[in-house]
Amino acid sequence: MSGDTRTLGRSAGRAPMVPARYRVAERIVETHDIVTLALVPLDEPIAEPAPGQFTMLFAFGGGEAAISVSGSSGEDVPLRHTIRAGGPGTRALCALVPGTTVGVRGPFGVGWPLAEAEAADVLVIGGGIGFAPLRPVVHHLLGHRPRYGRLAVLVGARSPGGVIYTDELEVWRRRGDVTVATCVDVPERGWQGDVGVVSELIGRVSFAPDRAVAFLCGPEIMMRVVAARLLDAGLDPHRVFVSLERNMHCAIAHCGHCQLGPLFVCADGPVVSWARAAPLLAVRRW
Amino acid sequence: MASIGDLLARQPLLASLDRDDVDRLADCGHIEVFADGSLLAREGEPADWFYVIRGGRVALELASPAGSPLGIETLGWHDMVGWSWIFPPHLWTCDVRAIGTTRVIAVNGGCLRRRCDDDPAFGYRLMRLFARLAAERLHATRLRLLDLYERDHVG
Amino acid sequence: MTDRMPAAVVATDARTAVQGLITALRQHGFTVIGPRRRGEAIVLEVLHAVDDLPLGLTDEQEAATYRVVTGDGRSLFGYAVGPQSPRRYLSPPRRTLWTGERAGLDFVVRTRDPDPPAYAFLGIRACELAAIDVQDRVLRDGRYPDPDYSAARERAFFVGVNCAAPAPTCFCTSMGTGPEVRQGHDLVLTELLDDVRHELLMAAATDRGAAVLDAALDGMPWRHAGPRDLEAVQDIVTTSAAQMTRRLDAETARDTLAANLDHPQWDDVADRCLSCTNCTLVCPTCFCSSVEDVTSIDGERTERLERWDSCFTLGHSTLHGMGSVRGDVRSRYRQWLTHKLSTWWDQFGTSGCVGCGRCIAWCPAAIDLTAEVAAMSGPVAS
Repeated sequence: MSGDTRTLGRSAGRAPMVPARYRVAERIVETHDIVTLALVPLDEPIAEPAPGQFTMLFAFGGGEAAISVSGSSGEDVPLRHTIRAGGPGTRALCALVPGTTVGVRGPFGVGWPLAEAEAADVLVIGGGIGFAPLRPVVHHLLGHRPRYGRLAVLVGARSPGGVIYTDELEVWRRRGDVTVATCVDVPERGWQGDVGVVSELIGRVSFAPDRAVAFLCGPEIMMRVVAARLLDAGLDPHRVFVSLERNMHCAIAHCGHCQLGPLFVCADGPVVSWARAAPLLAVRRW
Repeated sequence: MASIGDLLARQPLLASLDRDDVDRLADCGHIEVFADGSLLAREGEPADWFYVIRGGRVALELASPAGSPLGIETLGWHDMVGWSWIFPPHLWTCDVRAIGTTRVIAVNGGCLRRRCDDDPAFGYRLMRLFARLAAERLHATRLRLLDLYERDHVG
Repeated sequence: MTDRMPAAVVATDARTAVQGLITALRQHGFTVIGPRRRGEAIVLEVLHAVDDLPLGLTDEQEAATYRVVTGDGRSLFGYAVGPQSPRRYLSPPRRTLWTGERAGLDFVVRTRDPDPPAYAFLGIRACELAAIDVQDRVLRDGRYPDPDYSAARERAFFVGVNCAAPAPTCFCTSMGTGPEVRQGHDLVLTELLDDVRHELLMAAATDRGAAVLDAALDGMPWRHAGPRDLEAVQDIVTTSAAQMTRRLDAETARDTLAANLDHPQWDDVADRCLSCTNCTLVCPTCFCSSVEDVTSIDGERTERLERWDSCFTLGHSTLHGMGSVRGDVRSRYRQWLTHKLSTWWDQFGTSGCVGCGRCIAWCPAAIDLTAEVAAMSGPVAS
């Protein structure tokens, strides 16, 4: 390489494709293939992520993966990511032990529009690993409870073993000012929660459709089904928000991989209203 | 105080019926409360009722030779449980157990069948509604079979 | 162009003038890049002297056809565009983003300040300048300016040439991007070539351009351009513009494609398209790239490398564990064309196409995007 070669220490002014180094402070096993990593900065930290934003996490030798932030500013270690071991990048991240250095670029993307939820009834609906980007939303809503109407947190998973943040869900359930329901496709003996598709929980929750906002995250099919159910129940598609996923690669709207029609999902999303997303997703394979 | 017809009319599916039809259902119905753990229905027994849940939850289960029963599905507020009253042999196909204190409107199947026979037009409207309920329940079941969360359809 | 710019001049001998330009540019510290014959094509490479240019040569281009042939034997710029564009230099096919070295559980990140060469592009066409403007919006003027591109762009010098020999594949006239060089240049040249003379009209559009022009003219015969010279330039431009038979209206194409995402024509072109990525490689505005980790065998050192990529590859739209979103040729071709001509407007406020016609010439299946759009227009559509 020509030009100056220098070791990036605590200097500012990082180019957008160059990571900041963080150390894994804590590794929490959520399920058999889902891990939460809590990160502390070694270099100058990145800007504080908003709920719904994501970072590009780099494990040495494992490449980068786009991971939504699952932590919030009120926590002891605020920068957290909940990762499901899928491809080689995420498998490498899930295998990291505390003390390992990782690269972090970001935060990127448009996050959840929490301002839309003020004075409204809010439904937070997540499925599988999709609940992770919604965890900071719940923190925010509960942290500012009087600003919002009725709150419902609805979580879907394949089986009881696939539910993340089980302890926290229980703490929220016990508060009494938020409805928390967990629904599995396939129950196990002793399961006390609901059994079925998470969209069915919507009919069992009380809300005023003309004053309601929904935040959805999960597999695309799940989001389609849930959104359809919400629209059926009378919600405005401009007030239903989903977190889209495409091939996030550079995360800065340069590489072109994540495009969905006119949207760069990394920069115009990943959070978009259902009104905007639905016609784009309806064009198969665009 | 709300009548049974008023309560039934709030159920989303039943809300699509005329109030007259809802009242016909109400005529065959009464309010019932089930204690936690008690059975609203037992597999193989005569299915004389369907239930509209007004509070609490129920678990649809199949008893297992050993160990606890296998859960099929849970239903809650506003859900309708039971369609075996419609066709012979009029037998429940699974257990229905109350989770927590469960309040329902119980509608008698025999009463309704006679009303449908006497008034086929009403019967047609009612069957259409139950067909829709079954279709929705089937679609939901199919979605569960797809294993959406773990087959790498990552959100 | 400001009023302060010196008036256009005419150098009496075109060859000498271009040599003077090359010398002046090199003296000003530029690496001169321009058209050069390399094998069977005219590419963009380093020029050391005027004789490096494809003197007297021209090209024959049509769908799936490109040939370099002998022309009038005298002209310096008597051909249209070849397979390469300035994007090759401003946004190189491979670059290192950063390197890392592991130390136990830790690693260090090594980076460098951008220091691209100062390129002077000699013989650049109006369509290519339009393409650079399009790429500016993507890589320099958006939310995340690319530091390497921005630096290269800042340093780059452009000597435009008014086309006298457009190819049948060109359609810049209908796209409003040429053939006359009107923006983005430091200098513009027009060859005035007939039986009795071979002159070069030269005009500066920037202070930098004027300074280089001054230096170039030193010691060679020239005169101020008169009305007849300027008329001659307009004649050349008008003739070139009129020669183009292919047409594409940028705004109509945008709307037509947006309204026809399931038109049967997509199946038709999918039967012909080989998904070979040629069009994206030759296109001067394409910007898709991929980032790769190249790790040493012992796993101790890694290099993050960015390289050109194409939306025609299966890997471009992979969702891990699920395969490609655009798993068939039909959806990949549709992505390329609807992006280039339609959604590019939503993203960047212009068309992504500048009418250079390279994709038509270099498609081995002879797919012509102007014909594809035409096939989707008309009463049956929308």
